[in-house]
Amino acid sequence: MKIHEYQAKALMLQSGIPVPRGKVAFTSAEARAIAEEIGGKVVIKAQVYAGGRGKAGGIKMADTPEEAEKAASQLLGARMVTHQTGAEGMPVSRVLVEEASEISRELYISILVDSTTRLPLMMASEAGGMEIEEVAQAAPEKIFKVSIDPAIGFQPFQGRKLAYGMNLTGKQVAEATRLMTNLYQIFMTKDCSLAEINPLAVITDGRLLALDAKLNFDDNALFRHKDIQELHDEEQEEPLEIQARQWGINNYVKMDGDIGCMVNGAGLAMAVNDLIQYCGGSAANFLDIGTLNTTERVVNAFRMFVADRRIKAVLVNIFGGMARVDVIARGIVEAYQQMDISFPVVVRLAGTNVDEGKRILAESGINFSEAKDFYDGADKVVQAAKGRMK
Amino acid sequence: MSILVDQGTKLLVQGITGGEGSFHTQRCIEYGTQVVAGVTPGKGGNQILGVPVYNNVERAVSETEANASMIFVPPAFAVNAIVEAIDASMPLIVCITEGIPTMDMVKVHSYLKGKSTRLIGPNCPGVISPGKCKVGIMVGEIHLPGNVGVVSRSGTLTYDVVAQLTSLGIGQSTCVGIGGDALPGSTFTDILKLFEADDDTKAVVLVGEIGGTFEQEAAEFIKSEMSKPVVAFVAGSTAPSGKRMGHAGAIITGTAGKASQKIKALSAAGAIIAPNPAEIGSTMQKVLTERGLL
Repeated sequence: MKIHEYQAKALMLQSGIPVPRGKVAFTSAEARAIAEEIGGKVVIKAQVYAGGRGKAGGIKMADTPEEAEKAASQLLGARMVTHQTGAEGMPVSRVLVEEASEISRELYISILVDSTTRLPLMMASEAGGMEIEEVAQAAPEKIFKVSIDPAIGFQPFQGRKLAYGMNLTGKQVAEATRLMTNLYQIFMTKDCSLAEINPLAVITDGRLLALDAKLNFDDNALFRHKDIQELHDEEQEEPLEIQARQWGINNYVKMDGDIGCMVNGAGLAMAVNDLIQYCGGSAANFLDIGTLNTTERVVNAFRMFVADRRIKAVLVNIFGGMARVDVIARGIVEAYQQMDISFPVVVRLAGTNVDEGKRILAESGINFSEAKDFYDGADKVVQAAKGRMK
Repeated sequence: MSILVDQGTKLLVQGITGGEGSFHTQRCIEYGTQVVAGVTPGKGGNQILGVPVYNNVERAVSETEANASMIFVPPAFAVNAIVEAIDASMPLIVCITEGIPTMDMVKVHSYLKGKSTRLIGPNCPGVISPGKCKVGIMVGEIHLPGNVGVVSRSGTLTYDVVAQLTSLGIGQSTCVGIGGDALPGSTFTDILKLFEADDDTKAVVLVGEIGGTFEQEAAEFIKSEMSKPVVAFVAGSTAPSGKRMGHAGAIITGTAGKASQKIKALSAAGAIIAPNPAEIGSTMQKVLTERGLL
């Protein structure tokens, strides 16, 4: 789960990490008032769940409260299109207004769980302000890493190693070590999947300041962090993905194509989308229907397809294991009874109770196309989407 | 032979009295697995499906000599179950539970270091040696005893791959689902090592997916240590960056996590890449025929 920059900064400030003075504004009038309160130059930053805002015009400078109000009015209500968003972009409904800082250097610090060592990994670099993958390509010697054993925690010598690696000196070394210790505390206590400060600025008076802040959280651990759950901004999600969740379909991801897919299992669902592309088509979604004992979720998946105006054809690919094929088949029949399904539907069934499932579909009299195997299903649905259904 | 589980496996089920636990225990027994004990705290002394239930793992092991554990405990309590089995010196733990927080698994891995227990999963379908023993939730009937090892991060995609192999008459030595989480107990490389050393395994199917770098690590091992042919497929070529595709571990966060990078690494290491997920079985058939292994 992601949160906004201003929320991440609030959590960091609570943990003793220095951030610029600032507040979130939902209207341009609020932005003006905050700028007045801060006094002097301010920065107005669009709050969206995506990086690359600077290049996309999502960060504006203002010398006066009037300018701040104007900048905020340009951002609020607009959609932010960056290299990390789709062409549609993401809606901006809040901006962070904060004091502008005189920056002398931009550094980088992050923590994530390294799958190879299976330990938290802290990375630091003096090449801040750019994406760390670019630094890894261009100047890998500028990235310093330490693995942290949770049993002993983050150690000051590790902080010093990273601080010296970033060419910090004097009091800055202890300051950076303290900041890293605090960031590690947040990472562990809040079950983060990523904690990143990029850039971490050295300002002209020599102090360190988190100019940007990113905290992502482990979805599996949200059950023990009600405070974090409440920070989630649903506006930043795809409307179809919100709809899916409301209808009990938790594993739905919108994609760019026109073929609706309903599959059981995440790996198989990805493979179905890959196979559709191999056959010359393009999936409109990833949808793992999961294990089910009732037909409701299957009917709701069809509701999704009907609601999604891009859909030209649908492929149902089920290999029953935990999920029973007969239940899926009954769900398909109910969907046809409950709604007007005008697009062609291709069904491939295999696994637990497959004969019963096929019998239910055959006897229902619904108009669907049966696929004999995995490949046949993808091939048929691609042809159907192109209007060449046999 | 086979790897991990066989006729000598004496299975203990943690969470045996729950809905899923009892349902799948029943199916393992029907498949021929020796289920010797169940553990559910507070229900010790009872029997379920003819299997004695104990209050803790230590007692169950001392009375039944169980040598493998299958875990069906909800995510908030699963780590406790895993650690309890590690403390009882269980040689093999297969954790089916989905949804365990990553940080909890960091602690489990830290605790596992230097101990002899092998952990498979979590968030996995389990392990099956066809005709011998099934420890997991996979459909038993689609499997056929034979000489191809299968290792995969997926559940149902593996069923399809196994069904493809079986329909071509290609049997399996052992099929291992390592699970879809970011920090699996055993990685592709761990399982490839076992298949390489197993006399009954002549070739291996590896089914990877986006996220992490386990496929790249496997490629290193294939290149330097593996004498047996490996047919590989990586799911998620069409998956967008930054989106979690169902599995907790299936999210592209950097270049290395992309399917194209994994396929490149595996191919460069000498693995034979299946052109699409529907032709994994036929790709293996071709490889076995060419090398005279059929």
